[in-house]
Amino acid sequence: MTGSATSSRDVGDSSITIALVGNPNTGKSSLFNALCGLNARVGNYPGVTVEKKIGSYDDGEGLVQVIDLPGTYSLSARSPDERVSVDVLLGHQSDVPPLSAIVVIVDASNIERNLYLFSQVRELGLPIVLVLNMWDRVTDSGIAIDLPHLEARLGVPLVTTSANRRLGIDQLKQTIRRAIAAPPADPPELFPDSYVAAREALQRSITHRLGSPPPRFLADRLLLDISGQTESFWVQQGLPDLPQQLAQARQELAASSIRLPAIETQVRYGWIRKQLQQVVSRDAQPRTTLSDRIDRWITHRFWGLVAFAGIMFLIFQAIASWAAPLTDGIEAIQESIGASIQNTMPPGPLRSLLIDGVVGGVGSVLVFLPQILILFLFIGLLEDCGYMARAAFVMDKLMTRLGLSGKSFLPLMSSFACAVPGIMATRVIENSRDRLLTILVAPLMSCSARLPVYLLMVSAFVPDSHWLGGWVRLQAVVLLLFQALGALVAIPVAWAIRRWLLPGDPPPFVMELPRYTIPSLRVVAARVWERAVAFVQRAGTLIFATSVLIWAAAYFPATNPKVHQLEAKIEQLESQPKDASEAEVQTLMEEKQRLQADQIRNSFLGRLGQSIEPAIRPLGWDWRIGVGVLASFPAREVIVATLGTIYSLGGDVDSENQPLQATLQQARWPDGRPVYTLPVALSIMVFFALCAQCAATLLVIRRETNSWRWPLFTFLYMTTLAYIGAWLTYQLGTAWLGT
Amino acid sequence: MITLDQLPLGQSGIVLQVAGDDAISLRLMEMGVVEGTAVERVGQAPLGDPLEFAVSGYRLMLRRSEAQRVFVTVQQ
Repeated sequence: MTGSATSSRDVGDSSITIALVGNPNTGKSSLFNALCGLNARVGNYPGVTVEKKIGSYDDGEGLVQVIDLPGTYSLSARSPDERVSVDVLLGHQSDVPPLSAIVVIVDASNIERNLYLFSQVRELGLPIVLVLNMWDRVTDSGIAIDLPHLEARLGVPLVTTSANRRLGIDQLKQTIRRAIAAPPADPPELFPDSYVAAREALQRSITHRLGSPPPRFLADRLLLDISGQTESFWVQQGLPDLPQQLAQARQELAASSIRLPAIETQVRYGWIRKQLQQVVSRDAQPRTTLSDRIDRWITHRFWGLVAFAGIMFLIFQAIASWAAPLTDGIEAIQESIGASIQNTMPPGPLRSLLIDGVVGGVGSVLVFLPQILILFLFIGLLEDCGYMARAAFVMDKLMTRLGLSGKSFLPLMSSFACAVPGIMATRVIENSRDRLLTILVAPLMSCSARLPVYLLMVSAFVPDSHWLGGWVRLQAVVLLLFQALGALVAIPVAWAIRRWLLPGDPPPFVMELPRYTIPSLRVVAARVWERAVAFVQRAGTLIFATSVLIWAAAYFPATNPKVHQLEAKIEQLESQPKDASEAEVQTLMEEKQRLQADQIRNSFLGRLGQSIEPAIRPLGWDWRIGVGVLASFPAREVIVATLGTIYSLGGDVDSENQPLQATLQQARWPDGRPVYTLPVALSIMVFFALCAQCAATLLVIRRETNSWRWPLFTFLYMTTLAYIGAWLTYQLGTAWLGT
Repeated sequence: MITLDQLPLGQSGIVLQVAGDDAISLRLMEMGVVEGTAVERVGQAPLGDPLEFAVSGYRLMLRRSEAQRVFVTVQQ
């Protein structure tokens, strides 16, 4: 209740709130965007992962708050989306003020099916405005609609719009005001008498028991939705015998040959067809639209697959290559901020916290931003133009083998670049079990952060053999195998999760294939912007906190003030451009790195690494690798820098760095055997292929599933797989190759 | 009377009944696949499943297994 109180105070007393409802693919986002512009906030409804989108506009008479409800075909409240929509529409959602009016948006060229939702919404008893959107397409679909006639029959004000061209928007705003001023007409009774009698008996019985009459709409939902959400709600409200009562009522209806729940669709479509007679006419010969002609190629037996592969390749390529300059730019900014802190502050714990913890931590979040922006730009374009539904159509058969549906393909594909945008992209999957399964296997796809680890190990330990005149190189083959490893492991994992954790039939694939439209840049831009803000704000703060924590664990308690004294001396010498001091700087640098390595060994993190050594010995690892793995919890690629630091090379190394590879090759156990053999390198690579060492991913899973349970599960199952995988690799590798 | 998955390409049928009252059947009915609706088979995915139908002014994609719930009479 506090939520509603604050939001009404926010916008003043004269403000009103309206809701926007409609089927998917009716241009609802375009309409919302045309009404409110960028003046919108996106969040979640409390306790569920249903997106809550609220905007506002000023029509000259005052502020109007607009709630954009998720696209839905019906209000039968089966999915979380539909449940929240019903709660908002009935004024039961505590963080949304009661509504003054409902705007129902329909696709004008597909009016019959769209009016089904309208016929449900109008029974809520609120003022309604019916919007016929995509009006500009009606004429070339060969449809003629007699508007005055239709308005008179339906008994609600009617407006035509073409939202993506911003036509009819002002008229809609005026009509909303007029509809609120006039009291709504009583909705007509559509159901047969015996059904109405049963509903009224039910209403009386609930009124008698609870003291207040339930709205007609809810009484209908109780009767029609067998073991639905409304029923469990009323049972909790103090009607424990409601299920028996409903079962009896339904039995009596069945006796008078009323089939539940089919009666609802029968009655409503019967009514709709009657209203549309002599009002909507279609060409006798259906026209072949441009959309049909495009689809002949896009869903063609052969060319359909080629087009699909081409588009996916383009997206993957764009994430991998277009993001690089932007990522480099962000890293450069990060470095220059670090450098300016270094120039203005003396060395010390505070400076180390700022540079290594804060700037490093925030930077590790922001480097994901270009990939997220590019992916969501493509997803927005593909969704808005109608290709996304085709991609699901083309891929569905393959995905059913995994117990998933075609809608999971794009999120999994994107996860090859980065699981963070991939998991965010699962929002297009409306079946919640299907979506959860997709989220749980997405982190197994080989993302770009694994590449530095693979590159370091492959270049140092895999022999540089090649065949066919250099065309096939062993190192490249190994790299490719590791890129594919996660996806292969995902097949049995998905199967097992579906079998034991999320049992049930494969998700259904009843889906509309929308017509192609030219994407609206405003809508796409707004969506990309919303995602970027959501990512930076929410995941960002948590990743930042994690990074600072890891920094502290690696810094304390073995803090050696001598390191900072050496740093100060080095910086002082470096500021004087003298060749003579170069050798001195070199010596000091080595000294500092040795001290830093000591510091890490005696830090909390280092002690932890040494205490887990017995556990990682069977993988062929020493405590240094253990520390690297622990320190790389925020992000996989951190292990490269950590190994560099531990092996006294200073923190600033990358996978191309020849000395680090040489140092790893030379590292020895106390008894003189080399630490790194080919099986050890492969064991590290397998571990990083399968582990969940990515705080960003885990926090995004937390955000998208609204619970700590699933990131914890992901972390545990992936770490277990990684450990077993690394152990098998090392043991089999050693047995086969010898030590 | 045949089920929707048996409808030949380019043919239409009139819906007689949607079997079952689970979520899938309900969704089909809510999307306008009810008694008396004309449905035309217009295509299929490159791998043979799902199928594409034209239903009262829009295109609907269904897997074969889901199309089996819908009984139609073929129109000449």
